[in-house]
Amino acid sequence: MNAVLSRAGFLTSVQDLGRTGFRQFGVSTSGALDPFALRVANLLVGNDEGAAGLEITLGGLQLQFEDERIVAWCGGEFDVQIGSRVLAAGHVAYLQAGDELKFGRAQIGCRCWLAISGGIDVPVVLGSRSTDLRANFGGIEGRALRDGDVIPLSKWPGSPTPATAISSWSAPHDWVSPARRGPILRFIRGIDWERFNASTLQRFTIHEFSVSPDSDRMGVRLDGPELKRQDETDLISEAVAPGTIQVPPSGQPILLLGDCQTIGGYPKIAHVITVDLGIAAQLRAGDRVRFSEVSLQDAHRLLVERERDLERFRIGLSLQRS
Amino acid sequence: MEIVPLGDSALVVCVREQFEDAPEETLDEVLRVFQLLQGAAIPGVIELAPAYTSVAVFFNPIAVIKSNGPANGVFKELATRIRRVIIPASRRHRRRTAARSPRLTEIPVCYDAEFGLDLDRVAEHTKLSEREIIDLHSTSEYRVACVGFVPGFTFLAGLPKNLATPRRDVPRKEIPPGSVGIGGAQTGIYPLRSPGGWNLIGRTPLKLFDPTKDPPTLLCPGDRVRFRAITREEFAAFAEGRQNDN
Repeated sequence: MNAVLSRAGFLTSVQDLGRTGFRQFGVSTSGALDPFALRVANLLVGNDEGAAGLEITLGGLQLQFEDERIVAWCGGEFDVQIGSRVLAAGHVAYLQAGDELKFGRAQIGCRCWLAISGGIDVPVVLGSRSTDLRANFGGIEGRALRDGDVIPLSKWPGSPTPATAISSWSAPHDWVSPARRGPILRFIRGIDWERFNASTLQRFTIHEFSVSPDSDRMGVRLDGPELKRQDETDLISEAVAPGTIQVPPSGQPILLLGDCQTIGGYPKIAHVITVDLGIAAQLRAGDRVRFSEVSLQDAHRLLVERERDLERFRIGLSLQRS
Repeated sequence: MEIVPLGDSALVVCVREQFEDAPEETLDEVLRVFQLLQGAAIPGVIELAPAYTSVAVFFNPIAVIKSNGPANGVFKELATRIRRVIIPASRRHRRRTAARSPRLTEIPVCYDAEFGLDLDRVAEHTKLSEREIIDLHSTSEYRVACVGFVPGFTFLAGLPKNLATPRRDVPRKEIPPGSVGIGGAQTGIYPLRSPGGWNLIGRTPLKLFDPTKDPPTLLCPGDRVRFRAITREEFAAFAEGRQNDN
C-alpha cells in the first residue's frame, strides 16, 4: 500500500537515521537532520526508531493514504491538518484510507519529520533508506519528492480503532517542538580553536549570528562578526562531522548538517553538541542564533540524560499499548 | 600520537603533522592506524575516516558508556583504548610493511580537448606543451591519499611537481562525472556531477562511484594508480561497454 503525494511541498525527502560505515568512501551521513525527532515520531506510531519517514522542509505537503495508518510528526511549528482537524506535533493520529494529511507553512523553524506506521518501504542502499540529495541515491530515485509521487509503505497489521481519531496526549514538548526563536546552541571547542585570538573567540561567543538564505541540508551559513584566524597556514584536510562549525577565509562561519561533505580543510572553531543538533536543524534564513560553550563531559551527560528519558518514554508507550 | 575531540561523537587521531614532506610514508602510517582500528572493532565505534595525516573515529557515546563505564570519561576511555590498539603494533608492524604492496589500478583517460577543457591553462602556467603535460600525467604513478568531499572523489598524491597548477579563480558550477583534474599540487577524479575548481585535463569512462556495489568506490585510500591515455574512439567504446554491463 502507498501514500500518494498530491503536493510534494518545497523540499520533502525520504530519510531514516542516516548512513554509517561509508564515510571512508566519501559518503555523507544524510538522514533526518534531527534524528531524535524522527526516533520519537517513529516510537509514537509503533515503528522501530530507525524506520524511514519523510523530512518536510517549509511545509506545503499534501498526502493521502491508500489504507489505514497511524501517523505522528515532530519538528518545527507547522499547521498540520487531517481534513478540518488539527494535528499538533507529538500527537498520534489514526487515519482511514483516503484521509488527507496537509502540512501548511512553518510558523517557527523550517523542518519536521513525519512517521507513518509500517514505515516507508524504499530499497536499502549502502545500509540506509535515506536520500543522498547530493550524490542522488537512496530514497525515491535519489531525489527530492515531486507532486504525484507514490510512496511505498511497509505492511502494517492495522488497528481496531473505528474512525479518524487524534490522541489527546502527546510526547514531551521539548522533543516534539525543538524550534526556538533566537536559540542558543551549545558547543564544545573545535580542533582549531586556538588558531583564533581571544577577541575573535569572544566575538564568536557573545555576538548574534544571522542565518543566510543560502543555507541547506549541507550546512547553515551564518552572517555576523568576521572571525579571522591568527595564522594563514593552509590546513591539511581532515574529517568534519554534522555539528562542526568551520570558518572559511571569508570569516563567516558555516555550521555543518547531515548532508555535509566528509572532509574539509577550513579551520574548525567549534562543534555544536549532539543534543542541540535538533535546534540547529530548525534554523532558517533570517533567524538569529548565539553560541555558548559547554564541556565535553556536559555534552555527554546531556546526551545520556536524554537517552534515559527516551527509554522511560519507550517503556511508558509499550505499557499503554499492552 | 595526539587524539583530539571532533565534537561529542567523533575524535581525530593525528598520525602525522605533515603530509607533503613524506607522502608515501605518511600514507602508509595512516593506513596502518586505520586498519588496526578497523580490526580492533572497539565497542561503540561506528566508523572510521582516514584523510592524509589523520584517522577520524566516529562513535556512539551511549554505546561507549554501556560498554566502558561512567559518562564523565567517554573520551578518555576511548582514547586509551585507541592508544592500546595503535601503539604496541608499531614495532611489530615496521618489520612487515615491506611485504605488502597496495594494489595498482589503471585508469584510462581521454585527454582530448573536448574533455581537457583547461589543458591550455595548465600549459600556460607550467610552460609545458599540452603533449608534455599528457605524457607526464600518464606516465607517473600516484597513490590515493584520500577519498572524500563527495562520494568517491579521489585525491591523488604523486603529481609531478612541474604539473602543479593553482585552482581556477571561479569554480565551474557543474563538472561532468569522470573528469580528471589538477588542483594545486594534487590530481584527482570527479566521480559525480558536481561543482569544482580544479583544472580539467581529461576524462575517464570508468565509473568511480556506484552505490549499488560494496565497496561503492573503484579506488580506496592507499591504492596505487596509473593513468593510460586513450583515444576518443576508445573512450566511446569503453563507455558503451559499460552501458551493456548494466
